[in-house]
Amino acid sequence: MEFFFDWFRVLNQETGVNLPFLYDSYDRNRIFNGFLTTIWLSLVCLFFSVIIGVIGAWLQASSFKITRRIVNGYIQLFRNTPPLVQLYFFYFAIGTMLPRVENDWGGQSPLLGSFAWAAISLSFFAGAFNVEIFRSGIEAVPKSTVEAAEALGFSKLQIYKDITLPLAFRVVLPALNNNLVNLVKTTTLAYAIAVPELLYEANQIWSDNVNVTEMMIFLLLAYFVLVGVLVGGMNRWERSMKIPGYG
Amino acid sequence: MSWTPADPMVSIKDVHKSFGDLKVLNGVSLDVMKGDVICIIGPSGSGKSTLIRCVNALNDIQQGSILVEGQEVNDPALDKLELRKKVGMVFQQYNLFPHKTALQNVMMAPVRVLKRDKVEAEKQARDLLAKVRLQGKEDAFPGELSGGQQQRVAIARSLAMQPDVILFDEVTAALDPETVGEVLQTIKDLAEDGMTCILVTHEMGFAREVADHIYFTDRGVIVEHGPPAIFFDNATDPRTKEFLSQIL
Repeated sequence: MEFFFDWFRVLNQETGVNLPFLYDSYDRNRIFNGFLTTIWLSLVCLFFSVIIGVIGAWLQASSFKITRRIVNGYIQLFRNTPPLVQLYFFYFAIGTMLPRVENDWGGQSPLLGSFAWAAISLSFFAGAFNVEIFRSGIEAVPKSTVEAAEALGFSKLQIYKDITLPLAFRVVLPALNNNLVNLVKTTTLAYAIAVPELLYEANQIWSDNVNVTEMMIFLLLAYFVLVGVLVGGMNRWERSMKIPGYG
Repeated sequence: MSWTPADPMVSIKDVHKSFGDLKVLNGVSLDVMKGDVICIIGPSGSGKSTLIRCVNALNDIQQGSILVEGQEVNDPALDKLELRKKVGMVFQQYNLFPHKTALQNVMMAPVRVLKRDKVEAEKQARDLLAKVRLQGKEDAFPGELSGGQQQRVAIARSLAMQPDVILFDEVTAALDPETVGEVLQTIKDLAEDGMTCILVTHEMGFAREVADHIYFTDRGVIVEHGPPAIFFDNATDPRTKEFLSQIL
């Protein structure tokens, strides 16, 4: 492994192509942690945005007008504003309004750190789109299928959980995957509030090493591979969910 | 006053139902005794399907009374689950759950709704699929079955809830002529086992053969009714005569 790393050191000396995150253990750690943070932030946001989508779509079908209005208001707010502005809003507006807590060394620190705010903000952002995606799927489930479940005595919640959602899920998978891929790419915005994700760490490295060109190429490829793996996984999932003789 | 098996299992009295301005049922009354097989026939739009959909509260009614084993369906406080445990329904378009296998379709309601043991429910489901002559199709998805096979799964699914009465809503109307027979045979078997059946159908030959009583509806009212032998051969009302002459 050391030989592999050294080769890049030599490459830098001989050609000036500088990839310090491969030969320098300090920068290597930075990039590795950046990768982990990006993946972790993506997973947290994927999870919560899907939960928000499922619950939101359920609430949108509520018989209470006020509930439907609130869900619609939420969707409008998060769909019609830029995600970077939302992130700043959460971090700088709401974050500073919250009480501060005492930290381990006696100082004051914010209740929630930048990672938590990025997770919250991006989950709400992608969640708003997911609500609409799930709603379209739910509307595609034939009323007669739901009626059959009603006639068998299923409760509303059971119908949603066992019939509507599994069927809607299959309908919306392509749209959902699209949105989730976008979400992973949008995690780079967390850079703006100093979440140490991949873009942020890469920025640290190019500031120290002045190797902007190399880092830009690396970033592009890194996200290409990262999202490629996600898309591959999603496609496999889509295929495995396919029902024989349906759709 | 509690219900006894000597009382009608389903008692429909002066039922009125409209969709907006459209009056669909205009004072319909009929009684179904335990073990009876009744057929409701009539032209399209005469309210047949609406009538039976009211019996298990898929449609509500504006006026009148529907008693199922003494339980009033036209009651805001109706326990729909209790009602639907007693009343099964089979639909024209089968309406199976497309993401579940035939076996799962049949098992699902007993396990989820009646909270029955899975192993026991599966055994019952296999028996029911055998009863509707679908051994070997347990693991097939609805999309892999023919219309007639799907409809028989739907009948088994309804039977799995062990209802006291089953509503059949034009269950052969979407089938091609060859597969109609297999579904009708299944219903005939049920009738012979003593299941109370309310059928909406266009299969006059079948109605004549299995029904204990025929009701002819037109424009939201029952125009004429009687045992099949009398109904088909000695209809008196001109509307019934006209309908029968077109169809027979």
